[in-house]
Amino acid sequence: MISPFILTSASLFVILLALILVPLLSRSQRLLIVSVFSLTAVASLLTLTAGIWTVRDGITESYIILLGLPDLPFHMRLDPLSGFFLTVIGALGFMVSVYSIGYVKGFIGHRPVTSLVVFYSLFLAGMFMVVLADDAFFFLISWEVMAAASYFLVMFEDEKTENRRAAFLYLVVAHIGAIAILLSFGLMAGSATGFEGFNGYTFDAMRHATFPPHWAAVAFFLAFFGFAAKAGVVPLHVWLPEAHPVAPSNVSALMSGIMLKTAIYGIVRVTFDLIRDFPWWWGTVVLIFGLASALLGILYALQQQDLKKLLAYSSVENIGIILIGIGLSMTFAAFHNPVLSALALTAGLYHTLNHAMFKGLLFMGAGAVLHATHERNMEETGGLIHKMPWTSALFLIGCLSISALPPFNGFVSEWLTFQAFLLSTALPSTLLNLLIPLGAALLALAAALAAMCFVKAFGVTFLGQWRGRHHPHIHEVDWSMRTGMGMAAIACLCLGIFPTVMINWMDAVSVMLVRGKLSESAGAFGWLWLTPLSHERASYSGPIVLLGIVGVVSVVFLLLHARRRTIHRGPLWDCGFEKITPRMQYTATAFSMPIRRVLGFLFHVRERQEAKRHPVHKAFIERLRYSLRVRDHLWDWLYQPVADVSFWVARRVGRLQQGRIQVYLIYSFVTIILLLVLLR
Amino acid sequence: MPINFAAQLNSVLAALILLTAFGLLAQRRIYGLLHLFAWQGLFLSISTAVVGYAAGQRHLYISSILTLALKVIVLPYILHVLIIRLGIHKEIETLVNIPATMLMGIALVIFSYHLTSPIRELSTLVTRSTIAIALATVMLGLLMMITRKHAVTQIIGFLAMENGLFFAATSATYGMPLVVELGVALDILIAAFIFGIFFFHIRTTFDSLDVEQMARLKEED
Amino acid sequence: MSEILSYLLEGVQILLLLSAAPVFTGWVRTVRCWLQGRTTAGIFQPYRDLTKLFYKDIVLAENASWIFRFTPYLVFGAAVLAGAIIPILSVDLPLSTTADVIALVALFAMARFFTALAGMDVGTAFGGMGSSREMTIASLAEPAMLMAVFTVSLVSKSTSLSQMVQVIGHGQLILRPSLAFALLAFVLITLAETGRVPVDNPVTHLELTMIHEGMILEYSGRHLALIEWAGMMKLFLFAVLGIASFFPWGIAEAGNLITLPMALLFLMTKLGLAGAGLVLIETGLAKMRLFRVPEFLGSAFLFATLGMLSYFMLE
Repeated sequence: MISPFILTSASLFVILLALILVPLLSRSQRLLIVSVFSLTAVASLLTLTAGIWTVRDGITESYIILLGLPDLPFHMRLDPLSGFFLTVIGALGFMVSVYSIGYVKGFIGHRPVTSLVVFYSLFLAGMFMVVLADDAFFFLISWEVMAAASYFLVMFEDEKTENRRAAFLYLVVAHIGAIAILLSFGLMAGSATGFEGFNGYTFDAMRHATFPPHWAAVAFFLAFFGFAAKAGVVPLHVWLPEAHPVAPSNVSALMSGIMLKTAIYGIVRVTFDLIRDFPWWWGTVVLIFGLASALLGILYALQQQDLKKLLAYSSVENIGIILIGIGLSMTFAAFHNPVLSALALTAGLYHTLNHAMFKGLLFMGAGAVLHATHERNMEETGGLIHKMPWTSALFLIGCLSISALPPFNGFVSEWLTFQAFLLSTALPSTLLNLLIPLGAALLALAAALAAMCFVKAFGVTFLGQWRGRHHPHIHEVDWSMRTGMGMAAIACLCLGIFPTVMINWMDAVSVMLVRGKLSESAGAFGWLWLTPLSHERASYSGPIVLLGIVGVVSVVFLLLHARRRTIHRGPLWDCGFEKITPRMQYTATAFSMPIRRVLGFLFHVRERQEAKRHPVHKAFIERLRYSLRVRDHLWDWLYQPVADVSFWVARRVGRLQQGRIQVYLIYSFVTIILLLVLLR
Repeated sequence: MPINFAAQLNSVLAALILLTAFGLLAQRRIYGLLHLFAWQGLFLSISTAVVGYAAGQRHLYISSILTLALKVIVLPYILHVLIIRLGIHKEIETLVNIPATMLMGIALVIFSYHLTSPIRELSTLVTRSTIAIALATVMLGLLMMITRKHAVTQIIGFLAMENGLFFAATSATYGMPLVVELGVALDILIAAFIFGIFFFHIRTTFDSLDVEQMARLKEED
Repeated sequence: MSEILSYLLEGVQILLLLSAAPVFTGWVRTVRCWLQGRTTAGIFQPYRDLTKLFYKDIVLAENASWIFRFTPYLVFGAAVLAGAIIPILSVDLPLSTTADVIALVALFAMARFFTALAGMDVGTAFGGMGSSREMTIASLAEPAMLMAVFTVSLVSKSTSLSQMVQVIGHGQLILRPSLAFALLAFVLITLAETGRVPVDNPVTHLELTMIHEGMILEYSGRHLALIEWAGMMKLFLFAVLGIASFFPWGIAEAGNLITLPMALLFLMTKLGLAGAGLVLIETGLAKMRLFRVPEFLGSAFLFATLGMLSYFMLE
């Protein structure tokens, strides 16, 4: 009897098998790479199938595994929410595993890849287990496995100092978050059983408990803080742009594409499933954090020259958009409006899936560029479209998707989010009615800035002419990397043109969490049209847009090519200045200069120009030196003070270490006397 | 003209008054400020007349004419003469940049709407929906006084606040008793004269009308 | 039967778009010549310009890629598709449910994305400059556009264009300050999106002042013809969008063929007035420097927000 749970356990066993194979195959690195990544691909495919099946049929299964401590067995549960996230993880896991076969081969000879392979498998396994966990203990163990494995993956190229520093920062923030999550679970477990006995640690107990309102708020905000630290929500996002770029690109794709989503899973699970009644202002707080992340994330992304850092900041933006959907859903749910809440939740979760697909594609593309040119700095690349046609076409699809352009998938989820915003007038609170549309305007700004950011990313990296001084030999990447990227691109297109199918499938999740269905109204006008509430209210048809554009483009092309006119090639328009060089093209910094000027007050910009003038004729400049530094204000406002306070406290406490034996003996002696007095 | 149409016309005029209040916040040139102030007074007097017609209160017609005479003709003329005598022709600087001022203005409008929503539920007057705008105009006038550095703009902000108060009186209670209105109008006129005299004094003492210079007046230890 | 009629109507509308867009641009240029006291070239001059361009050969830059060659077709296709969705003559269009206003804005954004890429493709500084400025202005115009759309959708309770036309067209003639503010914001946004004075000068020859022209500087022959035509269609479509959202009286209903000639007459009158209004604005204002445009767009956002606020406060 095959059930989704059997498939999931099978996939965990496959990963275990992969781990066992590692010491046997570590001699032959090529064979190791091919076999382990093929096994992880198989495992991801199994979980993908299990996830799709669970959500489609709305299955819920729970099991108790007798691992763990004697009185604290592991509880596992597969319900539509975990099934959805299993689908996300499995889909991207499969694509990145295929991609990794080709990518990791590039490391052979430079360094041993055994650790990469081992921790990659552990990382995937950890993520699968996190969404399956049904009690606090197992959840935190899987969370730690995930965090530790990703730490070692980030540290893979540890010969550079900044890599080690980035990994350390990542570890610190991840653990601060984990402590907050632990405290939150402790509070909820305590409220479930009245702080006596251990049974409150299961999620089932927490589901059935009623929390006193203030403690529920404390638990929620602790959990939100902890998961936000992992998701990269402003102001806890500083580790993201440090850690994601230094990791190997397949790992960055996984981290950005799915690890951040496990944090979203955590937030949704805690709010909608464990704490079921919440006041409306929680949703508004989540919405505000989402808006701040969306705007600040994309603004920082615009200032980057490092392609992977740009993609990392853009992940911050997209997590913000997902939180906007979830925040709106929470607000609508608190006002007892299940249909609108389902709409907003579907928008948020759809964006989760979309982001995994297109961000995975973009990071894989960046990895391909890095693999071919060994350059991460966009300002040293250019013109790659001629040498790497497949990679550039697939990266373009990723850029189109993330800029929310029809007919790709990013547009569908942002459109649904906007529809949820526009329907906020149904809320009874007048203050919310006035403030939420301003939030919609901010989201529009962030989305438009994202388009600008990806014009820059694609244009500077792939178009134009090569800007670097060295001219390495660049060739297209091999079949496995292209297949991985190609699958993600096809997924982006399909998710964009078949939204009604996806919404029908996702129904089980919204029914489980907010008790509202979107699919009845969404497909009511026909499967071709997405009509969230009714077709008079708003409608969008992805397939027709695609067919319309393709149709018109083909007709015009055929009509115009009927007359055979020649095409001449000529030099560029240089306005009469003959010595035009590739260094005179627009760079990434130049492209984002207007935005830096207009919105630069939001971050710390330091621009300096030094001119070295001719010694005799002062009007002529011999050399000009320009330096630009853009920093997060939050480093100075939030992190520096926190670091200073911690060091101050540590120094004070360090006074306890006097170094003399007598003093330590006095400590023990005093403690014994105190205990004897107090516990008489 | 039916009552419903009068109420709509009043709403349109209220929106125009709010627009001129924002315009006063954004305008850089001093003649532009004067013109906007005059327009605001015009809309205010038309609105008073419309409310007078719709509510059947005759004394509002007299208030309307008084407002027209005072705020559209006399006060701008006095300020115009003042500006020429003082020789101010350049642009006005602001303490905070204009987009930020706009955002603060929007926040104040939302706040005043939220504040007056219970009044709106209870009121039975034709003009109940414009109370929020009136309060917002007062606050925007005060914001203008805060974010500007030039003394003449401060007086325009003060007068804009008074416009808002007058509009609030009309919206909330169909205007004040005529005696009170005449008194207030006379006070405004005298205030304008006194302001004018003070400006000359300030100019002679500090050689500029920038209110930041007046910070020199504080006690230094 | 009525199905075939509505498809026929769709075809008629697309043909109208293709043929009337150059005439609208010609009308705008003619009125400008009248205002400036010059002799006009006639309202059909854009036709002659396009025909000339279609007959010329293409000269491509040496390192232009397939994106450069694909963009004109895509931009043209997006404009035609947008024209098939907006109710120009009648609301009875089979494609009107393909996209609502937000999706329409995204279609134009798609065309702009590719044009910006084409600007960066050739590898000159002019293209990059045009792309950078165009994307900045577009980003800052988005919040204002969304707020204006939101305000109109508050009144018509929908973002679907045919629904908006029907609700506002059938409603009583009420003075709505919210729609007036939204209209003001829409006019400012149109000036920014279609690249007219005071945001961008469409007839400039100085590369350093170009925004839209800078991105298409390298185009020639039929590519340039397609892009120019698409630009004219974009102006036409924004005018029609404004008419459909704010002055929809006269657009034919579903299944009502008899009113079509009247609808055409109304459309021509409204477009004539819109063109004249545009020229008055262009002649009366001077082109702003780039870093004043954010203030311009900020005031558009302010007007749109005031429109939304007045809806809640006054209506």
